[in-house]
Amino acid sequence: MAKNNLLTWIDDRFPLTKLWNEHLAEYYAPKNFNFWYFFGSLALMVLVIQILSGLFLTMHYKPDAASAFASVEYIMRDVPYGWLIRYIHSTGATAFFIVVYLHMLRGLMYGSYKKPRELIWLFGMFIYLALMAEAFMGYLLPWGQMSYWGAQVIISLFGAIPVVGDALTLWIRGDFVISDATLNRFFALHVIALPLVLIFLVVAHILALHEVGSNNPDGVEIKKNKDPVTHIPLDGIPFHPYYTVKDIVGVVVFLFFFATVLFYFPDGGGYFLEHANFIASDPLKTPVHIAPVWYFTPFYAILRAVPDKLMGVGAMGAAIVLLFFMPWIDRCKVKSIRYRSGIYKTNLAVFVVSFVVLGWAAMQPVNETITMISRIFSLLYFSFFIVLYITSKNEVTKPVPDRVTQ
Amino acid sequence: MSTDAVDKDKRRLLTLATSVVGAVGAGFVAVPFLASWMPSERAKNAGAPVEVDISKMADGQLLTVEWQSKPVWIVKRSAETLKNLTKNADHLRDPHSENVNQQPPYAQNEERSRKPEYLVLVGICTHLGCAPTYRPDIAPADLGESWLGGFFCPCHSSRFDLAGRVFQGVPAPSNLVVPDHYYVSDSRILIGEDGGAA
Repeated sequence: MAKNNLLTWIDDRFPLTKLWNEHLAEYYAPKNFNFWYFFGSLALMVLVIQILSGLFLTMHYKPDAASAFASVEYIMRDVPYGWLIRYIHSTGATAFFIVVYLHMLRGLMYGSYKKPRELIWLFGMFIYLALMAEAFMGYLLPWGQMSYWGAQVIISLFGAIPVVGDALTLWIRGDFVISDATLNRFFALHVIALPLVLIFLVVAHILALHEVGSNNPDGVEIKKNKDPVTHIPLDGIPFHPYYTVKDIVGVVVFLFFFATVLFYFPDGGGYFLEHANFIASDPLKTPVHIAPVWYFTPFYAILRAVPDKLMGVGAMGAAIVLLFFMPWIDRCKVKSIRYRSGIYKTNLAVFVVSFVVLGWAAMQPVNETITMISRIFSLLYFSFFIVLYITSKNEVTKPVPDRVTQ
Repeated sequence: MSTDAVDKDKRRLLTLATSVVGAVGAGFVAVPFLASWMPSERAKNAGAPVEVDISKMADGQLLTVEWQSKPVWIVKRSAETLKNLTKNADHLRDPHSENVNQQPPYAQNEERSRKPEYLVLVGICTHLGCAPTYRPDIAPADLGESWLGGFFCPCHSSRFDLAGRVFQGVPAPSNLVVPDHYYVSDSRILIGEDGGAA
């Protein structure tokens, strides 16, 4: 009693030990996690980096059309270490999407979206959606040419909606064009509303995960084989200390890459911070070559590939919405790619290649070749879902082991 | 007077009624917040008409002025340009400007203007709102043999002719917008009002 006096006092009033055990010390994760399992905890860490660096940026940034661009330059040149904080935040945005895309690919490979983890996947997809909104609104804030015209294009997408489209774009902008009103409200959404939504969704994502337990590279349910006495899964190990320590290795390697970009390539050669965005916004002149930041380019390529406004916007939306339905599109009972058919492996490979090629194509200036490439790979992107739905029902799979393999 | 039996139906009804009334109330409270996103009075007033001197414009010249924070173009078209307009008709989506939202009635003609030589357009692409580039050159290498001058949008390669009419097979759905305007005198245009013309 004397030893843990304080802890006991707290535990009588707040479930501290209970929470610690449920989510860390007695949360049993499969022992066969591999490289791909780093990206969930890394995403959480990047969220913390973004919230902290963003908090300090708001102390110097001015969400006002007349002074926004100058205030970012002020942060870069005059605020002590302002350049570092700003580059941490901009590099963090790119890092966030890299780890989230790899995290999502992991989910696709090992069938982590399948029963009973559908809600984890759905919460995750909503996180991805909120993250895209967060990144898009954040990109308007420096008020450069790409900020302005990127926002102009994306907000105009809503104008393609029949009947209410024009009224909706007017409502989003709060003016007849992108203006001070738009900047001010995007700032509010970027620093208050969306971070709160993101944190709420991340908590829901993790609570749902800890309710059903983690999937693993074999796609085996470890809860099926429990120790008869302790009721601990035989293939499970406590998340803490085993995976907390393992994840630190991932964090160190990640920070190595992060720091390299941060100190040596902060604009990522024009892909992380576009060159045109170092010019103040000009409502009368569109940059000659306009492309979104790299993490939006695959969807932008799909938009550009369709020669019709409403259909283009619809295809772009469908490219994202279809992912939400993965748990029901994939009807195969076997989870992991390790025990699935060659058709599935090929299909997933084509999907990943399409995503990358589309991302590349959208960064190129438009010409007939690029348009043709975008069209072919847009079709391949969508064919993934169709082929998966058709072939997964009666897929010929390999036998799945009873226990996880090493 | 029952003392111990709970009337569960009554309870459920009251809970439901309270929830519905609460939801309606929340709906009403949401209105001012949602409405606060509409353009403010200040933003609405900023759209005052702009007067432009066009007396010094040369043939083929494009003048950009700002109206409601949007770029508005005034192009002086030569007789040859006007003659070329008819050649595009087969390749256009809406050659006769039948979509009445894109221009006032007095500009619903072949030249889409009040005076044929002056074209007045809002310089915002009807696809996704970029500002198209003025390309008056005939048959340039990048736009092809059949190009007779017009506007090219760098964002998604929509094409418009020198009356702001959209070509077929491009993402933009409609012709560029002709704003309300009228001639105050022979040398001055007022953009933003139509001078009482119907």
